[in-house]
Amino acid sequence: MAENPLVPTSGEFGLEKAAAESAMIPNEPPASFAKQLQGFWVTLRAMFKKPNTVQYPEVKAPTEARFHGRHQLNRHEDGLEKCIGCELCAWACPADAILVEGANNTEGAQFSPGERYGAVYQINYLRCIFCGLCIEACPTRALTMTNEYELADNDRGKLIFEKEDLLAPLRQGMLMPPHPMYPGSDDGSYYRGEVTGSHPSQEPTHHA
Amino acid sequence: MTATQQLLGTDPGWIILVKGLIIFVICVVATLLCVWGERRIVAFMQMRVGPNRVGKFGLLQSLADGVKLALKEDLIPKTADRIVFVIAPIISATTCFMSFAVIPLTGTVQFFGHKTILQLTDLPVGVLYVLAVASVGVYGIVLAGWSSGSTYPLLGGLRSSAQVISYEVAMGLSLVAVFIYAGSMSTSDIVAAQNHWWFSVVLFPSFVIYAISMVGETNRAPFDLAEAEGELVGGFHTEYSSLKFALFFLAEYVNIVAVSSLATTLFMGGYHALPGLGFTETWLGGWFTMVWFLAKVVAFFFLFVWLRGTLPRMRYDQFMQFGWKVLIPISLVWIMVVSTLRVMSQRNVGRMATGGFTLGVVILIIAASSLLDSNKRRKAREDELGEQLPPSFPVPEIPAPRAEQLNG
Repeated sequence: MAENPLVPTSGEFGLEKAAAESAMIPNEPPASFAKQLQGFWVTLRAMFKKPNTVQYPEVKAPTEARFHGRHQLNRHEDGLEKCIGCELCAWACPADAILVEGANNTEGAQFSPGERYGAVYQINYLRCIFCGLCIEACPTRALTMTNEYELADNDRGKLIFEKEDLLAPLRQGMLMPPHPMYPGSDDGSYYRGEVTGSHPSQEPTHHA
Repeated sequence: MTATQQLLGTDPGWIILVKGLIIFVICVVATLLCVWGERRIVAFMQMRVGPNRVGKFGLLQSLADGVKLALKEDLIPKTADRIVFVIAPIISATTCFMSFAVIPLTGTVQFFGHKTILQLTDLPVGVLYVLAVASVGVYGIVLAGWSSGSTYPLLGGLRSSAQVISYEVAMGLSLVAVFIYAGSMSTSDIVAAQNHWWFSVVLFPSFVIYAISMVGETNRAPFDLAEAEGELVGGFHTEYSSLKFALFFLAEYVNIVAVSSLATTLFMGGYHALPGLGFTETWLGGWFTMVWFLAKVVAFFFLFVWLRGTLPRMRYDQFMQFGWKVLIPISLVWIMVVSTLRVMSQRNVGRMATGGFTLGVVILIIAASSLLDSNKRRKAREDELGEQLPPSFPVPEIPAPRAEQLNG
């Protein structure tokens, strides 16, 4: 039977190894009195340094670029939703903060390329721990996080964000779904980035 | 009877009342400003800003906090001794004001057309009175800890009593030198005796010992073991809330102002101006002396905050060791030296003898300290050479399979 590499053998286990790897901490006598007095100079000098405080409600310092803030449901370039209602984000969520219910796209109501779209999408920000596992799980890059961190409210109900709270706004050249897919394309062309904008034929008036 | 006592003796009753009121108002306002000032100064030392929202520069922050405290629910624990629990903060808060009665805040001034000094009374044993009142103030803390009916407050109260008693000894001894030099225990005489040289210069060791023990006496960082929040939650005031807690808070800061005032009076020339600025003492009809007094108190307060911002809290045994093994012996030796020198100067002993005595003392001190040092070094060497003894504190047994593995 092969030795299990996960079970430590007695040689690499325990105090001997720890003792061999440990560094000696020299037992030094206390610093001289003059040296101890240097601490007073440190605090005195700090008084005349610029404070690090940000006057928060008036001044808002930008976050780091990859700060985990509120989620966002992204759109394709023609305005169709990227979310396909697969629930992988909900399954990945360790805090059970996400609820997704998928539904079928129909001829008259196409929300996302392909068969399925997220009909219900809720994130409960009372539960969310902003770990970002949902973002890693998302196969279509539909779910990402913004830098928005002001997520406080005085009502628990208001902190369950619905799909319309999370959806990204329509940018230039995007059309509000539901609308048909780009003429002559399939869902694969969306994922390959071949759809770079909407086509006039996709506008709802043409297909009413 | 001294001149001050005669001057104060002619005060009509209403002036005494007004003076008492002024002292009270000064203490309370000083507390509000101290809380704000401490938070701001410590904040700047930590590169923060501190409270700056309520009022200009956040000056009204402590007032807002006080209102908040007053509006909070007043809890008395079930196991508490209700009467003592209520009395304890009152003892703390009243005694801290009382020591101000003998502190001269100004020189001679015109007070509503009456020539007097802004000092409530001038006792011949004024400084002893301050010490006595301060010791009564400790009862507030001890009783608070005891009556809470809870472990941590009890420990905090015990610590604080042990602490204040130990440091009061050192404090009292440091004051003896002042008494010997001034030839009086009355605060006004002591201030008058510093017309030429402040006692902080003449009696520098006493001043240092007083400055250290006043921090211990007021339970302030780095000696705030009575409320060491890392070990005792809040110490003696853990179970207190609302106004009763506010009273302890008030007492702490009034105490700081009180010991600072006493230090100013005894060592920094009281209401007198800085050397070379004596002409300012007649400004505003003598009232400008109060500015000097308050400026010195503020300087001491800054020292308190600076200590708090710089030093970590001491361990309890180190603290006690420092008080009993360092401060008190040094005080005793210093008092002997001072009293000998004093007697020599009173008996008109020649300069040679005085100088010889001083030299002898210096040589003795150097010899003693080097002896201590070499002792310490020898001990350290022995420790290094000596066998590593097993720890004397109890260690859990090593489980049998593990011991086998280790011992082979």
